[in-house]
Parts: sequence; structure tokens; C-alpha cells
Amino acid sequence: MKNRKVKLMQGNEACVEGALAAGMKFYAGYPITPSTEIAEICAQKLPQIGGKFIQMEDEIAGMAATIGGSLAGLKSMTATSGPGFSLKQENIGYAALAEIPCVIIDVQRAGPSTGLPTAPSQGDIMQAKWGTHGDHPVIALSPTSVRETFDLTIKAFNLAEKYRTPVFLMLDEIVGHMREKIEIPAEDEIEVIDRLKPEVGDTNYMAYRPVEGGLVPPMAAFGEGFSFHVTGLMHDEFGFPTNDAEVSDNLLRRIMKKIDVNVNDIIMYEEEQVEDADLIVLAYGGTARSARSAVKKARELGLKVGLFKALTIWPSPEKRVKELISNTKKILVPELNLGQYVLEVERIVAGQAEVSHLGKVNGEAITPEEILTKIREVL
Amino acid sequence: MHTGSELLKNNFRMERLPHIWCPGCGHGILMKAVAQAIDNCNLDKKKVCVISGIGCSSRAPGYMDFNTLHTTHGRALAFATGVKLANPELKVIVITGDGDCTAIGGNHLIHSARRNIDITTIVFNNNIYGMTGGQYSPTTPTAEFGTTAPFGNIEKAFDVCKLAAGAGATYVARGTAYHTTQLIKLIESAIENKGFSLVDAISTCPTYYGRKNKKGSAVDMMKYLKDFAVDAKVAEKLPKEKLDGKFLIGEFKKTTEPEYTEEYMKIIEMVRESK
Repeated sequence: MKNRKVKLMQGNEACVEGALAAGMKFYAGYPITPSTEIAEICAQKLPQIGGKFIQMEDEIAGMAATIGGSLAGLKSMTATSGPGFSLKQENIGYAALAEIPCVIIDVQRAGPSTGLPTAPSQGDIMQAKWGTHGDHPVIALSPTSVRETFDLTIKAFNLAEKYRTPVFLMLDEIVGHMREKIEIPAEDEIEVIDRLKPEVGDTNYMAYRPVEGGLVPPMAAFGEGFSFHVTGLMHDEFGFPTNDAEVSDNLLRRIMKKIDVNVNDIIMYEEEQVEDADLIVLAYGGTARSARSAVKKARELGLKVGLFKALTIWPSPEKRVKELISNTKKILVPELNLGQYVLEVERIVAGQAEVSHLGKVNGEAITPEEILTKIREVL
Repeated sequence: MHTGSELLKNNFRMERLPHIWCPGCGHGILMKAVAQAIDNCNLDKKKVCVISGIGCSSRAPGYMDFNTLHTTHGRALAFATGVKLANPELKVIVITGDGDCTAIGGNHLIHSARRNIDITTIVFNNNIYGMTGGQYSPTTPTAEFGTTAPFGNIEKAFDVCKLAAGAGATYVARGTAYHTTQLIKLIESAIENKGFSLVDAISTCPTYYGRKNKKGSAVDMMKYLKDFAVDAKVAEKLPKEKLDGKFLIGEFKKTTEPEYTEEYMKIIEMVRESK
């Protein structure tokens, strides 16, 4: 294809390229290692396309302004890392309840606290799910390569727009700072989804009434002539605050359901040699690269091992994992933390298969050899 | 320009009224002053955004018939910055309280002022956290009482106007819920200023601040505003001792500085031309 470009690119750079391809026009954030390149490249590129970049006074403001940008009608994004991800949580919950589409990039570094700022980690996986208070819908994607970072950033915007919800792209320092040659698809090969809008002049517009038979309300932008209210309080279909038990219950259940009933559209994964596997290595992010290499080596040694690479972390690939354990009775979850996603796998498996964990928190990547050693130990 | 019931019909969501504020609270008067000022400025309603944080003051936008956004505690200005930068055509007005704006939101206040972004901030200042039940705020005077200052407040109070002016706001004024004619004019000037504007609008909270500090009835508290507010221009000519225990109202700062979103648009033009 002649319109495709081949480039040597860093993960963080591919993230911005993906965002721009998806139509991102607004970025607000605060500098933090190891995500800073994302802000720097946005500062450079957004004005060139008439978009807006602003460096805010803190992480909280970065999240708030991102939501504001989206409400004014622009596809908006912010990027951060562990400590900043913690600070952003309250406003992330706001975006979930007020149904404001936006994308949050978290280039995970070793924590807790300031931790090891330049070292990789997958320690924010549970924070992505439970970081903000209250029940709320969560979509989190995790790429394993530079090309996947490009693709999944586009996907993150598409899901945010389609479901009117904040979407996380959980990078880790490995993928964020890795450089690889990637082929960028041509513009006409990229699917871009925009939020559903109310009809111009619709005098009956209700900001929180889903379209007939659907679960997602159309979203007007400020300035388009619709007088509507947005709040982080429980609200009715007009958007006004309510204490009504039934209205509150319906609202929260609807925003959960809009994700739950669409898991097939949201969940992405890849499998290698799982059909006859005695053991499946279930991995995500940078660690999935080592897992893939370890699985190859194991096969060379005659061990029946397969790979399940989760690209969507939340919602978790529950249905598929349940199918897999009808044949495979052992699952190994390697991850750069002391046991986070493994808890979700154990919950799904519910004792029907043996789940092992390989965790590492010294700031270094998990090597293929370490995974292979663990495979031999548990097989 | 609309007045009376026409003002209400044109600027309020009548079906959302009555409001939730306590009897005697000054916030209703302040909210009407904001609406009157917007109306007097002949702004295109479709382009007006009223944005708030959390607290008593921050319930105002829900009653007002514009693009309205009720955000998280302290963050109104940060949300507003996103809205304004994303679409500079919008007229962005922030309604906030003393705690919302100068405690939890203090960082956003000073940086919005420093950027001189075209946002009009009206602080409904009642010297207390009302919504949570009367805790002392950054504008509670020293030695006064709050539910979290049972033995008297040992902190010094912020002068919200000096804070905003020092941080770079290009229009700064103070008015009160008693001096409504003046307050409306001040808010109009704040709206018309191309840059960051702040009006410290002194309210009354008879329920918490008043009761805790034996300020008397709601009427007594209004009378205090009448008797103790001195216009800044008048004050210039008064001897110091005449200003003891008084506070100043009126315009404190009015300057012209480059406005943030206009400067950003220049960047866009520059990089696009050089491409």
C-alpha cells in the first residue's frame, strides 16, 4: 500500500500518532516520567492541526481540563504515570458518571509512591479498575508493542466516543520507551468513531436519555445551542441532581450495563498454540513479549505451552478464559507486580484450573528465561 | 435587558426552582446578580457556560439556563480552562465559594490568574464551609468560630482580591449581597474584561457562620454588609481610623494583558504559516 508509512518509533510517540489518527484535538496534562514524551509531542503537533495543548498546574487539573475539552466538543486526552494516575482518580470517576468521553494514558512505573520513576511496572492494573471511589464502568487496554500502541490508542478513542466513557491505555515503561519499526496504516484503513450527537435544533434533547433501545445518550457540546446541565451528582435524564433511589439506581446500572452488554466489541486478545496446551501463559503489556518468547522456547523443548495475550485488561476476557480451562488445567500469569491481574484470573477460573503467578517488582522486566523456569516448575 | 419576571424566564430554569439554600442565605441574591449581569451584557446565551465546583455556591449553575457544569470540589477553574481553550468562542463564567476557590482549588485560582485566561470568576464568599456544616474556611477571620475551630480560628484569612491580583488577574473587584446595583456593574465589567477576572462577592450565612459567631439574624448580617463595606474610592479620602473594622468594595484592579487563548491562537497561526 503506497499510503502506508514505515517509521522507527517509540511507544510514547506511537501513542500520540494513534491519538491524532483517531481525531484527538485536545491534550491537557502535567509532566511526569516516563510519560513525558507524550505531552512533548502533543505540544509540538497539536497546534499544527489547529488542536490545543495545555500544560496544567497539576495532575488533577490535567484530568479536569481534559474533561472540559471533551465537553466543548474536542476529542481529548491526557497522559500520566503512577503518582499522577493516583491524583487523577477523582475526576476519572466524574468522567465515568457524567459520561464524558476521554482517553487517559498511564505509562506505568514502579511504585508505590515515587518508587522507581524510570523503571517499568504493571502495578496500576487494579487501580485502573478500582482507583476511583464507587462502582463505575472501566475500559482498559494494554499494548505489547509500538504498533499495538498505535492501534490501541485509536481503539481507546473509538471506545470512549462510542460508549461515552473514559478509557485507559495502560502502557508500561517497557512499551512506552521501546523503539520499533512500525508500518503506519493509511488514513482510509483506519476506522474512526465519533460520539453520537443530538439532532440540531432538537428542543426535546435530554442529555442523559439514551437513544431508543440503546444505552448511550447522544452528547451535545457546549456552545451548540443545547442548554443542558452536567454534574457529578446522581442525576436524572435531564442531567439534574437527584436523591431519588430508583433514578440513582437506574443511572448507575445503565452506565455499567452499556459496557457489560458490549464486551464482545470491547474485549481483544490474541492466542498462540493454546489448542493442545497443558499450560497457558496469560500475559499483557511488555511482559507478554517475554511470555511469547518463553512459550516458543518451551515448545522447542517439547512442552505443550500456549500464550494468551490480553489486549483488553478491563473488562477481563472472562468468557474466553472459561472456555480455555475446559482443555487446559494450568495457567501461569507473569506480571510486574506482586499479584494483581492473577486475582482476576483466579476469580474467573474459580478453582477449575491451577493458577500460578510470577511477579517481579525490582524495576526490571521479567525475562523469557524466568518465565520458562516457572513453566518447568509448574508443569 | 430583562428585569423582574422576564429576567427569571430568560435566564433561569424555572422548573428547577426553588433553590436549596437556607432562609436568609445571600447566595440567591448573588445568583440573580450574576444572571442580571449576563443579561445586561447581551451575551449570546448559547455561548455562555456557567461552571462551578462543590459547595453551597456551586449549586447555582443548576438553576441557570445556560451550558452548565457542576464539577468536583475545587476544580471548577481547571474544567473551565479546558472548556475555554477547546472553544474560545464560549463565554465562561465560574461560580465558586471561598473554600472551593481558595482552599482545595487555590492552585487552580492562582494559575488561571497567572495565565490571564478569559474566565470570569465570581466567588460567593460566606466565610465558612456551609454545605458540610460550618467548618472554618480560608476566609474565616482570625479568632472567629467554626465547627472545626471550636476555640477560635488561629489562622489568618485570605484577602481573595489581593490573592487574585497578586497572581495576575487583570480585573479584580469586590461587591456584596447588599450592594446589588454595584455588584451587577462589577460583574458586568468582569465579564467584559478580556482576561482572568475575579469578583469577590460577599454573601451571608446566618445558618452556620452567623450562628457560630453570634452575628444575629439574616437581616442583621445584611445590615453588617451595609454598615461595614466602604467603597474603595471613598476609602482613599478617609483617615485610617475611620476604616477600622471595615472592608473595601469596588474595583481594585483593571489592566490589559495578553489573554491566554488569544495567545494560543497566535501560536496556531504561526506554526501553520511556517509549515
